[in-house]
Amino acid sequence: MEQKTKIDAREGKQELVITREFDLPVELLFKAYAEAEIVEQWMGTKVLKLENKKHGSYQFETTDPKGHKHGFHGTIHEFSPDKKIIRTFEMENTPFPVQLEFLEFEKLTEDTSKLTMQVVYRSVADRDQLLKLPFAQGINMAHNRIQDIVQKLK
Amino acid sequence: MNLRRDVFQAIADPTRRAILLLVASQSMTAGAIASNFDTARPTVSKHLQILTACELLEQEQNGREIYYHINAKKMKEVAEFIEPFRSMWEDRFNKLETIMKKYKSK
Repeated sequence: MEQKTKIDAREGKQELVITREFDLPVELLFKAYAEAEIVEQWMGTKVLKLENKKHGSYQFETTDPKGHKHGFHGTIHEFSPDKKIIRTFEMENTPFPVQLEFLEFEKLTEDTSKLTMQVVYRSVADRDQLLKLPFAQGINMAHNRIQDIVQKLK
Repeated sequence: MNLRRDVFQAIADPTRRAILLLVASQSMTAGAIASNFDTARPTVSKHLQILTACELLEQEQNGREIYYHINAKKMKEVAEFIEPFRSMWEDRFNKLETIMKKYKSK
């Protein structure tokens, strides 16, 4: 299968760019970020708070397979429907510093759209460290993939 | 020296990526590799030196000629480094797409 999600992580830069094209109108793609109950479904997280507006903030909480809770939160700097979200993202109780995210939503055709997510880290080392995180979460990811497949069978 | 970071520096350059693609199909001498590029020969040599230093390419003496070939193990290591992170997002986005397609048809 073609890889739809692309990651551009240039050496020596403290940022990375994630791009993905969707078979969805841009309005629906944006809605998946705007509405708490939809975010919960695809991010696999509990949304404790989601104030989608300038100066607003959000708070997520995920529970890992061992039952441990992990908190995430951030502040919304810009929220332009169907166009752009600028926000910070921070993992609670970890040594990782806050990161800055620029999400741009783009209409390609009536039924397709593109998301470009630029993530800026405090340092190159922080970025590289974060990139390696999913290695440790390998088992968790396999679990997600199975869920994904099961969902498609429904 | 942080070898891992050097590897990423090596593949960040488009000419070096082109060299890796070229050599991936067959072992080649520096001259044969250079003949595929408009770049000056010393520049290609410098690229080969960097790719060899970070173990993406390996040298093999064959008579008087030195052949370059891909170090598959190292290449795989590089590809895998970012892959779990990428597939984590791929999973999330696939899920998003599935959910929103259902949402649309509601």
